[in-house]
Amino acid sequence: MTVIAVQKDPQKLTLTVDAEFDASLERVWQLWADPRHLERWWGPPAYPATVTKHDLAPGGRVEYYMTGPNGDQFQGYWDVVTVEPPRRIVLRDSCSDADGTPNPENTIRVDIEEVARGRTRMSIETIFPSIEALERALAKGTEEGLRQAVSQIDAILAEATLQR
Amino acid sequence: MRVASPDIDRVFAAFADHTRRDIVRRAISGKEGVLELASHYPMSFAAVQKHVAVLERAGLITKQRVGRRKVVRTNMDRLFVARRLLDQYEEVWRARIDRINELIAERPGTIGTKEPDR
Repeated sequence: MTVIAVQKDPQKLTLTVDAEFDASLERVWQLWADPRHLERWWGPPAYPATVTKHDLAPGGRVEYYMTGPNGDQFQGYWDVVTVEPPRRIVLRDSCSDADGTPNPENTIRVDIEEVARGRTRMSIETIFPSIEALERALAKGTEEGLRQAVSQIDAILAEATLQR
Repeated sequence: MRVASPDIDRVFAAFADHTRRDIVRRAISGKEGVLELASHYPMSFAAVQKHVAVLERAGLITKQRVGRRKVVRTNMDRLFVARRLLDQYEEVWRARIDRINELIAERPGTIGTKEPDR
């Protein structure tokens, strides 16, 4: 278990995950700063990400696509807001529709700090602008979501309705 | 625990249709009227109006007056939906962190870092 804390704020549509790794600060920074490392963990296994542009600088852009088992592809990109190597990144993650229409998904704030020699904590805060954006991000973050492009909300709605 | 209400058949029937489920989802934010909702679907305004009426009878949505407009709003706790979605999104990050751990455990130098851009 390396996830040490999880906080959820349904009012503000915010999720914060704190994790600790047996690695140096620089090694954890590399997860974001090196596109070949980034693409190893960003997408789910059956939908790996390929990073096509990696300008991790304020005002820069990181572009990627995810490819599924049937060759189906999904485009996504980050608008980079803040970068303070090797400790801090703020970015806005968006995805593009098939026709290229951008859909802002969330703002991600990453804070990295060394808590002991060879032990590094990374805190990731994800803020969603709307329930719809949260649902879209879910579809993209999971293989099931990408494969079926179904609404996870349907089941929740049925549950919520029947509970009343 | 509450005994199932007689409306349960109506709820299931209302949910059995894809367009109606989609209307309920859109109405969570409660920003659109029937006219705006209708613009999302390749069907007549009257057909969308009918779907909205079915949902209204099942108690899934209500029409509310906001200023001069009437918006369609889902009858449920928005926070409940948000909480469940955040629970699912937590799993996205847990899976990423698992992959990061595997990556960190690999021997340095085995990951291709030579080409900065493909």
